[in-house]
Amino acid sequence: MDLAINPFSSGTRLRDMIRSIRACKTAAEERAVVRRECAAIRAAISEGDQDYRHRNMAKLMFIHMLGYPTHFGQMECLKLIAAAGFPEKRIGYLGLTLLLDERQEVLMLVTNSLKQDLNHSNQFIVGLALCALGNICSAEMARDLAPEVERLLQNRDPNTKKKAALCSIRIVRKVPDLAENFMSAAASLLKEKHHGVLISAVQLCTELCKASDEALEYLRKNCLEGLVRVLRDVSNSSYAPEYDIGGITDPFLHIRVLKLMRTLGQGDADCSEYINDILAQVATKTESNKNAGNAILYECVETIMGIEATSGLRVLAINILGRFLSNRDNNIRYVALNMLMKAIAVDTQAVQRHRATILECVKDADVSIRKRALELVYLLVNDTNVKPLTKELVDYLEVSDQEFKEDLTAKICSIVEKFSQDKLWYLDQMFRVLSLAGNYVKDDVWHALIVLMSNASELQGYSVRSLYKALQACGEQESLVRVAVWCIGEYGEMLVNNISMLDMEEPITVTESDAVDAVEVALKRYSADVTTRAMCLVSLLKLSSRFPPTSERIKEIVAQNKGNTVLELQQRSIEFSSIIQRHQSIKSSLLERMPVLDEANYLAKRAASTQATVSSVKSAPAVTPGGPLKLPNGVAKPPEAPLADLLDLSSDDAPVTTSAPATAPNDFLQNLLGIGLTDSSPTGGAPSTSTDLLMDLLSIGSSPVQNGPPTSNVNLPGIAETKPAPVTPQVVDLLDGLSSSTSIADENSAYPTITAFQSATLRITFSFKKQPGKPQETTISASFTNLATTTFTDFIFQAAVPKFIQLRLDPASSSTLPAGGNGLVTQSLSVTNNQHGQKPLAMRIRMSYKVNGEDRLEQGQISNFPAGL
Amino acid sequence: MIRFILLQNRQGKTRLAKYYVPLEDSEKHKVEYEVHRLVVNRDPKFTNFVEFRTHKVIYRRYAGLFFSMCVDITDNELAYLECIHLFVEILDHFFSNVCELDLVFNFHKVYLILDEFILAGELQETSKRAIIERMGELEKLE
Repeated sequence: MDLAINPFSSGTRLRDMIRSIRACKTAAEERAVVRRECAAIRAAISEGDQDYRHRNMAKLMFIHMLGYPTHFGQMECLKLIAAAGFPEKRIGYLGLTLLLDERQEVLMLVTNSLKQDLNHSNQFIVGLALCALGNICSAEMARDLAPEVERLLQNRDPNTKKKAALCSIRIVRKVPDLAENFMSAAASLLKEKHHGVLISAVQLCTELCKASDEALEYLRKNCLEGLVRVLRDVSNSSYAPEYDIGGITDPFLHIRVLKLMRTLGQGDADCSEYINDILAQVATKTESNKNAGNAILYECVETIMGIEATSGLRVLAINILGRFLSNRDNNIRYVALNMLMKAIAVDTQAVQRHRATILECVKDADVSIRKRALELVYLLVNDTNVKPLTKELVDYLEVSDQEFKEDLTAKICSIVEKFSQDKLWYLDQMFRVLSLAGNYVKDDVWHALIVLMSNASELQGYSVRSLYKALQACGEQESLVRVAVWCIGEYGEMLVNNISMLDMEEPITVTESDAVDAVEVALKRYSADVTTRAMCLVSLLKLSSRFPPTSERIKEIVAQNKGNTVLELQQRSIEFSSIIQRHQSIKSSLLERMPVLDEANYLAKRAASTQATVSSVKSAPAVTPGGPLKLPNGVAKPPEAPLADLLDLSSDDAPVTTSAPATAPNDFLQNLLGIGLTDSSPTGGAPSTSTDLLMDLLSIGSSPVQNGPPTSNVNLPGIAETKPAPVTPQVVDLLDGLSSSTSIADENSAYPTITAFQSATLRITFSFKKQPGKPQETTISASFTNLATTTFTDFIFQAAVPKFIQLRLDPASSSTLPAGGNGLVTQSLSVTNNQHGQKPLAMRIRMSYKVNGEDRLEQGQISNFPAGL
Repeated sequence: MIRFILLQNRQGKTRLAKYYVPLEDSEKHKVEYEVHRLVVNRDPKFTNFVEFRTHKVIYRRYAGLFFSMCVDITDNELAYLECIHLFVEILDHFFSNVCELDLVFNFHKVYLILDEFILAGELQETSKRAIIERMGELEKLE
């Protein structure tokens, strides 16, 4: 008695344990109770306690359900199963199915017990073993125990038969080769009267057909007649209270038989013909006022769609779906939409008739229905109905839930692109989508839009004006901002002067400074988004050439980013300022409108990129140090690489440098827009991206078509020696190479900090100190910044110097580099240059580190040490 | 085929979880959490079907209890809805007016009933009477 009251003694009853767990007010209390119970159970297990074994197991199952670990009880299950009595076996098998699954090694030990129990004289024990086998059977057990199960299919007891049939399903799923062993037994079970046996047998036959063609053929020959009889009997049967559900006798059996008929009739005209009549009977006679009846009709329609049915039967099926679609019950409408998707393949016209209803379903409050309906509408779109359907969808985009917008936007974009008959319509739809849901538009979609606008010269004026208006109204939609900003930069004069007006267009008054305002607003609003800001800067630069009076103002706006912490923006700002300020002579030709983009080329790349989007980042570090000088690009480029990377900063992987087209899937447009932000990765002392840019700029200037200033090539060697240090803006003056009078740094003052190494993932800067009176010796303080999104561990920095230099490395401040540039690691180096004044410092460096346990190695050469070290 | 059956209350406590496909324990807990979140906030007027990963969940709410079955995407939703109801009727009959506490204290019996109703992820018996009778026989052996 005491035992029963004290909930924490090992003799607690299951009921009491559950009560005390339920009485716990906090999770900590619950854990304490569970811990005590588990301890008691463990103790009982180690003492080999027999009496309470099955009670302990029941407790463990409850504890397991609460989510606590219970693996220590697994062996107890096996002992219980091996016990002689039914109660022990029952709880043992239950524990087996709950605490273990087919992948555990322990299971191997149970096969023998199962085999014995399958051969047991007590049918209840056989039943237990079959249940366990049906729930956890592994492939190995399936092979071992298949003969027993096969034999049990012929047992006298219907309870054993149906369980054996379902076990066989599991066995065949695990080992499809065994299917043929079961087929004749399965077929003969269809002659039974017991519904449980029948439904199990029908399901077994369906599984056998899936597993083996031979079984499918066998069952087509041997069980079709029986199936038709079963279905006829059950659908004609008068009221049978035992199986009645909503006035229908055993809808489950109906449905399983219909499903098997579909499997047998698929692609077999004879079978299909044989079951035509019974399907027609079920389709016409089944009551459709209750869920059970509708479930049968639904299955029947699916079977009619799946087999080689007569056209009359198909009309019947489509009509049922039409009725479903107008049903008030959401469940019925859902299945109707589901089935209509399959019906499209059979009879598109019939489905098209329900288009209006389906479109209404897209706007349903229930996301399950909306999703189905949207899929269906997508399939229904064709050349004739695309315009009204798109209009409906776009209208709905305005009011739809936020979480549905992404799906909807993707589908609309896909429809619009697939069925765009005229460009004006395409542009109008895209502008609306961008205005309404620009934040959900995928990059490849708006890239394609830009390519198309570039090709549609007669619509560029219209586009830029529409986008300008949209930008004023919906400036918070990111991709809209990007596209609009790009267009304003390219076609700014068409915006201001109302060039190439379409008939239906109202002229708008936009001044030059309005246009600049628009881009400036976008630049400021999108302070977080680097791509948009970078595009704004390019756009402003272009506007400075289109609208010379605004040039001063643009210079100021651009200059505001000179101190930006994002390297890309900082670099652009500095370079663009320089262009605006000093290089009037080449500016206009430099900032020409983009050459027409090659549509076919883009589409091909886009198609390829959908398959491989991974490589774009990976390809970046493979920069050839000191790579070849750029060929004249842009205008003079061969047609297979028609994209001017004239403003491209990340030109390392631009198509121009290599004879083969670049492999990175999206670089095409990134190049075009100059936004390959993460890809810009110059290595060590190799010419940095800025130099590349410069060369691009110059090569444009000197290209034969443009006939730019001839001075540029002369200065090229000088430029190559200019080592820009983007982190210290005061030293950087890229284009100074052109005006050879200025020098890069004041040699007498402190030495400027340099970027010694930069890759996509790592940046190293060096700052220098000298003791007065010891000109040979320099103390270098190196700072390492991790630019990647994962932390580097085991970071080791090594350096090598020529013989005339001595080097000492102090330990680094840490060997772990936090991700995303959060936190610096520093290390100091002491260098003595024995040939000070004769030879400059030079150094090779190697960095090894681990990313997620994977070894990485980067190396580079530093030759941009400030002079005088 | 039924992948798993869950019986959860409104707070997300799992009262019964039967898996017919092998899953790690941690994965099971994740599934239970996700399914509960999917079904608990749905409007009663909505469909009883929600897509779940590559399958779908057919659920039905009885007072504070959610009965959910995860089935293949091609399975007949309406049939499984009826199936849930039949299971509830069997429980109701067996426990005479079933409530959540019956299921908590007699969880092992609930599993036993389920094993007589569904096996290997397929329907085993469609007669309520047959299952109740069978349960009676099994109880006598205890």
